[in-house]
Amino acid sequence: MTTLINPEAPVGAPLGKSSRPRDALFAGISRGSGIVVLIVMGAIGVFLLWKALPALSANTASFLTTSPWFPDDAQPKFGIAALAFGTLLSSVIAMVIAVPVGIGVALYTAHYAPRRFAPTLGYIVDLLAAVPSIIFGLWGLQILMPNSIGLWRWLDDHFGFIPLFSNEQNIYTRSIALAAVVLAIMILPTVSAISREVFAQVPPGHIEAALALGATRWETMRTAVFPFARPGMVSAAMLGLGRALGETIAVALILSATFKINWQVTEPGGNTFAANIALKWNEAGTIGLGALIASGLVLYVITFAVNMAARLVVERRRDFSGAN
Amino acid sequence: MAKRIDVSHLNVYYSNFLAVEDVTLAVEPKAVTAFIGPSGCGKSTVLRTLNRMHEVTPGARIEGKIMLDHEDIYGADIDPVNVRSTIGMVFQKPNPFPTMSIYGNVVAGIKLKKRTKRSELDDVVEASLRGANLWEEVKDRLDRPGSVLSGGQQQRLCIARAIAIQPQVLLMDEPCSALDPISTLAIEELIHELKQRYTIVIVTHNMQQAARVSDTTAFFNIAGTGKPGKLIEMNTTANIFSSPTEKATEDYISGRFG
Repeated sequence: MTTLINPEAPVGAPLGKSSRPRDALFAGISRGSGIVVLIVMGAIGVFLLWKALPALSANTASFLTTSPWFPDDAQPKFGIAALAFGTLLSSVIAMVIAVPVGIGVALYTAHYAPRRFAPTLGYIVDLLAAVPSIIFGLWGLQILMPNSIGLWRWLDDHFGFIPLFSNEQNIYTRSIALAAVVLAIMILPTVSAISREVFAQVPPGHIEAALALGATRWETMRTAVFPFARPGMVSAAMLGLGRALGETIAVALILSATFKINWQVTEPGGNTFAANIALKWNEAGTIGLGALIASGLVLYVITFAVNMAARLVVERRRDFSGAN
Repeated sequence: MAKRIDVSHLNVYYSNFLAVEDVTLAVEPKAVTAFIGPSGCGKSTVLRTLNRMHEVTPGARIEGKIMLDHEDIYGADIDPVNVRSTIGMVFQKPNPFPTMSIYGNVVAGIKLKKRTKRSELDDVVEASLRGANLWEEVKDRLDRPGSVLSGGQQQRLCIARAIAIQPQVLLMDEPCSALDPISTLAIEELIHELKQRYTIVIVTHNMQQAARVSDTTAFFNIAGTGKPGKLIEMNTTANIFSSPTEKATEDYISGRFG
C-alpha cells in the first residue's frame, strides 16, 4: 500500500499520478473490515477444532452416529446423533410455524393494513425481537406449557396415527413441540421484519403493472410482490433458522434433557446442541468440555451449511431477480 | 374489439386536493386520442381514471361519470379488476416483471384469468409479440428474462403484455419519454398499426409526437400551482395544431410556455 499523503506530490501533478488519500483510506478501511470478518470466522473454526480434537480422539464411540453422552466415563462414549436430531427437528418445526405467520404479518403491514395503523403494528412486532430469550423461556415454561397440554392431547387423540403426534407416555410437557413453539415466537419478528422490508422495496411500477393487467390484490402479490421478494424471504427464513438453531436458554429451560432420537415430538425429552452445552458445561470434566466444544463445532458447520444452501437457492435464478 | 369512452363532468381528487376539475370529453373508437399539456396539468391523472388506476393511490377518488360504450365504469356493481382487464395500460417507464421470462411476461395477464393450454399460450405469445413488432427480435430467446432487452424493446414487451389480454382500449402514459428516438419511432409506428384494432389514448409531453400519431388532441392546462388542471380545448389534431381557438393552446403549441 502506498502512503496516504505524499508530501512531494507537485501541484498540478501529471495525469497518470494522482494520489487520492480519501479513496485510499476508504478502500483500506473496507478491505480491512472484510479481512477481519474472514479472520474471525476462520479463528473460531480453528479454536473449536483445536479444543475438540483431544476429546474426539479419546471417544470410543462414533461421534456422528452415537446418541448417548458419557464423555467423562473411563471409556468416553458420546455422539451428536440425538443433539443434531433435536436441534434440527425443533428448528424445522419452528420454521414451519414462524415463516408463514411472519410472512403473513409482513405482507399485512406492508400492503394490506390501513396506512395509519401499519407502522404501529410493524413497531410492535419489532419489539418482540427485543424481548430477552430467558423471558420467552420462562413464559414457555410457566404459561404456555400448562395451557398447551390440551392442544397436544387433542393432536394425539385425533392425529395420533401420524407418528409425529402420537404420545405413548401420555405426558405432554417439556417436549420438543413446546420448545419449537417458543422458538417460533422468538424468530417470528426476525422473519417478519426482514420480509416487510423486502415487500416494501418492490418497485411500485411492478405492482401497477400487475393491477393494470386486471390482477386482484392477491394476484398482484403473487405476480409482482412474491417473485421480487423471494430472495429476501429466503434470507429472512434463514436468519430465523440461524437463531432457532443456536437458541440456548429458552430451550434449556423447557426441555427435559434426554439423549434419545424420538419422533414423538409431544412427549417429554429431546435436547439441542446449544441447550446441552449450557446445561453440561459446569459439570463437565476435561474430556467433557472437549466433547461439548466438538458438538459446538458441528452446530457451527450446520449453520454454515444452511446459509450456503440459502445462497445457492437465491443465486440459482439471479438473472430473474430484478437486480439488473 | 374497440369501444368508445365518454367522460362527463369529471373531478379528480387526491384526498381533499382537487387535481382536475370538470373534464368532459369523448374518446372515439379505433382512433388515437392524445392528451397534451404542461407538467402537472392533470393529463396523466385523467388517463389513470379511465381504467380505475387512480384510486389505487390512497385517498384518491373522483366525481363525475365515465362511460365505456353504455357501461358506467364507476358503477356500483362494477369490479375495478374487470375494468382494468378491459382497458389496458402502458406506463411511462417500461416495467416488465423482472422475475419472469419474456414469454412469462406476455402471458402474465392471461394466466390471471383462466387456465390455458400451453399450445394456446404459444399462439397468444406469438400473436402479441408480432402485434407489438417484437417477435423477430425475441423469438429465439423467449425464456430469457425481460430485463435483458433494451428500453425500447422492454416497452414493446409491455405493449405485447397489454394486448395479450385483448383489451377494448389501450391507455399509454408517456410511453416514449424514457426511450431514444429510434425506439420512439418504432413505438409510434406500432401505435399506427394498433389503432386499426384498438381505441388508444396517449399522454405525451412531446407535441410533435401528438401531431404525428393522434387523430384527436386534448389540451390540458393549469392556472397555477395548487389550482386544479382543466381541459382547455379538444379538437381534431389537425385543427389543434393549425388553428386553435384558445389563446393558451396556441401559446403552448407554439412553444411560448410549457
